[in-house]
Amino acid sequence: MSDVVEATRTWVPSRDEDAALVTGRGAFLDDLDPLPGTLVATVVRSTRPHARLRSVDLSRARAHPGVAAVIGPEEVRAALRPFPLSTGAVMPYLPTGVDKVRFVGEPIAVVVASDRYVAEDAAELVAVEYEELGAVTAARAALEPDAPLLHEDAGSNVATDRTFSFGPVEERFRDAAHVVTGRYDFPRYSSVPMECYSVIAQWLEGDGGPSVECWANFHGPFSMVPVMAGALGIPTSRVRLHVPADIGGSFGIKAGIYPYVVLMALASKHAGTPVRWAEDRVEHLMASSTGADRAMTFSAAVDADGTVTALRTDLIDNVGAYLRPPEPSTLYRCYGNITGPYRIDAVEIRARAVVTNTMPTGLNRGFGGQQLYFGLERLMDAVAAATGLDVVEVRRRNLVSAFPHETATGGVYDSGDYAAALDLVVKNADLAELERRREAARAAGAFYGIGTALVVDPSGTNIGYVGLATPAEERKPGRDKSGSTEHVRMSVDLQGIVTVLLGSVPQGQGHATVARKVAAQRLGLPLEQVRVVVDMDTATTPWTVTSGSYSSRFAPLVTSAVVAAADTIAATVKAAGATLLEGADPGELTLLDGKVVHPDGRAVAFRHAAGVVHWDPASLPDGVPARLYAEAEFSPRETRAATADDRINSSLCYGFVAEIVAVRIDPDTLEITVDRVSSVHDAGTVLDQTLLDGQVYGALVHGLGGAAYEEFTHADSGQPTAATFLDYLCPTSAEAGFDLRTDHVVTPSPLTPLGAKGCGEGSSMSFPVAYANAVADALAPHGIEITRLPLHGEVLHRLLTEKENS
Amino acid sequence: MKAAPFAYVRPGRLDDVLGELAGGDGKVLAGGQSLVPVLAMRLGRPGTLVDITAVPELASVGPDQHGYRIGAAVRQRAVEHDPAARAVPLIGMAMPFVGHRELRSRGTVCGSLAHADPAAELPAVACCLQATVELAGPAGRRRLPAEEFVTGAMTTAACPEDVVVAVTFPHARPGEGYGFAEIARRHGDFALAGVVTRVRVGADGGVTEARLTGFGISDRAVTRDVTSLLAEHEDDLRPATAALAEDVVDTGGDTHGSTGYRRRLFGVLAARELSRALQRARDRKEGS
Repeated sequence: MSDVVEATRTWVPSRDEDAALVTGRGAFLDDLDPLPGTLVATVVRSTRPHARLRSVDLSRARAHPGVAAVIGPEEVRAALRPFPLSTGAVMPYLPTGVDKVRFVGEPIAVVVASDRYVAEDAAELVAVEYEELGAVTAARAALEPDAPLLHEDAGSNVATDRTFSFGPVEERFRDAAHVVTGRYDFPRYSSVPMECYSVIAQWLEGDGGPSVECWANFHGPFSMVPVMAGALGIPTSRVRLHVPADIGGSFGIKAGIYPYVVLMALASKHAGTPVRWAEDRVEHLMASSTGADRAMTFSAAVDADGTVTALRTDLIDNVGAYLRPPEPSTLYRCYGNITGPYRIDAVEIRARAVVTNTMPTGLNRGFGGQQLYFGLERLMDAVAAATGLDVVEVRRRNLVSAFPHETATGGVYDSGDYAAALDLVVKNADLAELERRREAARAAGAFYGIGTALVVDPSGTNIGYVGLATPAEERKPGRDKSGSTEHVRMSVDLQGIVTVLLGSVPQGQGHATVARKVAAQRLGLPLEQVRVVVDMDTATTPWTVTSGSYSSRFAPLVTSAVVAAADTIAATVKAAGATLLEGADPGELTLLDGKVVHPDGRAVAFRHAAGVVHWDPASLPDGVPARLYAEAEFSPRETRAATADDRINSSLCYGFVAEIVAVRIDPDTLEITVDRVSSVHDAGTVLDQTLLDGQVYGALVHGLGGAAYEEFTHADSGQPTAATFLDYLCPTSAEAGFDLRTDHVVTPSPLTPLGAKGCGEGSSMSFPVAYANAVADALAPHGIEITRLPLHGEVLHRLLTEKENS
Repeated sequence: MKAAPFAYVRPGRLDDVLGELAGGDGKVLAGGQSLVPVLAMRLGRPGTLVDITAVPELASVGPDQHGYRIGAAVRQRAVEHDPAARAVPLIGMAMPFVGHRELRSRGTVCGSLAHADPAAELPAVACCLQATVELAGPAGRRRLPAEEFVTGAMTTAACPEDVVVAVTFPHARPGEGYGFAEIARRHGDFALAGVVTRVRVGADGGVTEARLTGFGISDRAVTRDVTSLLAEHEDDLRPATAALAEDVVDTGGDTHGSTGYRRRLFGVLAARELSRALQRARDRKEGS
């Protein structure tokens, strides 16, 4: 009986995308077979962290039955140019090692065969002779004078080194009542999407020269398309890239796929057939992409009353073996908000990126934010300790309170109510109760701690910040970069059905659900009358260099373009409607409930008005376009290029997160258990509560991964020691069952038509440091200092043992 | 991550299984939860995979005169659901910690023993309970105590031509209580340290027998008779179990757990689970 009830219960998916995905009708790249006769590739990779390639013998692999082509360093060197880099560093980057290999997993050769099994059989026959070189895997170690040199021509492992100073930093530190300094290390971890990299590439020779048609689960930034074309030595217009409608997650990691697109295009050229390559999990954990680890020093000049008057930061990012674009962006993505939510108008920044014998880094949910705030928010706890103030109180005293707020580095915080969010997070956490728990635990000889983090959550990146890695005097005039543009195409068919074409390359975020809702609301239509098509084909979909899904740009930018397109469509529909409503002025008509409505109550159906444009264009007044296609852009002017004095508004919108984390630590086993999390977000206008909640939960558990479980570690030899899921531990639902209280404050952005800001990354930035602050608070009575992540029983055992022995 | 070429056979009779294994280039496939990843990563290259799941004799599970007998093809999940398995309470206590439910629906109890991971739960339970492993090979059948079956990290007394036929766990006896605990980085991971305890009390409630098996702490599960330790230190076990940890925990350690941390965990868990087992033994005695 109960089976019958179960079977007839109706499930209403919360997102338009879900029904297809949960019934196996998703169309991921590996489900597609667009080019008959496509062969399969596997990649031969370096087993050494740092070595000169004495020889690479492909002959036995080429002779293996079923093999169509094998390419190696020789073919790569002959055909490809190094990828254009974001700085002038002499660190040429190609999709394979050619003279040397610089990390375990770096591609050396590609085998193209009839299937993956045969390809892997042949791959074992590639004979690589290495001349081993010393390896270095950590940022500070790479700076040592005797450190192994990765790129000899660069003369140093430092890929970029810039210092910026704004305001009277020297004086403030000289006059400070307290100078508080902390040295911190942020670990290296990824996002581990369910679907790994996947590429199909076809090399074509035509009358106008070679071209490449490719499919990849790439999500931008599309500034990487010219980077690919540059390596291939062909015009951007001759690279046609398709992105499948379904991508199984990325969180930034798949931005690093483009070298493989180039590599597979070259493999296709040699095989004479299209080639497909699906990265497996071992490859992914060794050689795809990861967030950068950072070694840093933060100093605050503090007044007697706890006001922070100046900030000094020294940031050293470990970007892996190459400065793969868009690195060194981890250093600059949060440049405009480097002072977080605090009124600190004097700032000095030293920003360095170093290369090491590790996997290259790149975008990872929170990109640069988790690293920055780990330093800044650990430092604020140290400021509290130095001044004797409570950790919440000292933060409250320094909060930005008037908006818009221009930061010392050029950021302009568009809106916010940080104090209200802080009050709410304290209330929701029931902080007084948590403090009682802490007191009781301490009285019983147990460990309990409460951590706070406040972070400004930037969204809608201004690509102009990449320019900061180059000194102002070396930036070429007329070659500035700026902006955060997004494009959308919208159309209305002859039955009044609206189609929104999104080239926003989502990876599961639910863009279609939200775009449909926004378009329907703007056009006064029921949801059923609007459909969304997700398709990116660089030959037909509107795109520009900033296109893509990164830096939480959908809510602030793409939906704004949807609004602009809808408004264009609305104007035409109203004009057509006016021809049906005698004597009506289009300006006085409104779109409501699927109708074009006159103030006097008369109305015609939206579909009827749209039909006029298709069926009876001759009836339209002069000047009204007989066209229900609209291509619209959102291109805010607030995101300008970096100024000559190196200031930049590095994002369009700045949201806010206030988070309180309480942890309980078993005094015997030292296991850390999250007891409660209170998290308050301000993402401006909420476009969809379910999706926003999903982003908050996801970002938070991602942060938990970095805080407590996940880390790409290396042996002294340089070999990765967390290269499978046995050692690289992602939190699962079993680890995420804690008491979670999320809430929102809404201060609409004045810069976006709907007031929405991005919301996909907030707790990725705040949770790691809030967790660290909680653990630090728990162990403070025992004289333990917390300066790094991840934190788990083994780490606490080591810290306590060191303390006992000291 | 694709396996090197191999042959696959699925005989229906145990004799044919042994025939396929003769020559030593075959590998028994039961649940495949450890073997298949090994194949995919080309860390193992058997010539022939001998799937034993079609042999009816190996699929049987249930009580017999020696205890609770589990055939080599029986999935962990089937044992977890089997009411007859309650006669061996430690199986029910340990099973939720064996991987995840999805893995247990394929993985077999005997496969876990034959794989002999030093941090695995089921070999430790088998050692603590003095279970018996039945093997079939070219020279016929033989039975080995679990402690003799496991000879080191991922190594057992079974030869390449042998197949594990079954394992038999003795039923709980009157006056016995048990303890099981492990600490892992995440739920379902192999243990950083774990302990299995079995305590028996006499009519007066005094300890007559106590066994403790640690896992994740050495190259194999390590079992100690702790009767006198428990009898003498019942009220304050921690110093005694800490000393025991120094003795038995000798794993090299890794980023998840150093030798020192594993000693700490072993000492804590050993004390907790000996106390728990003793309490349960006394409760059961009073209840009976």
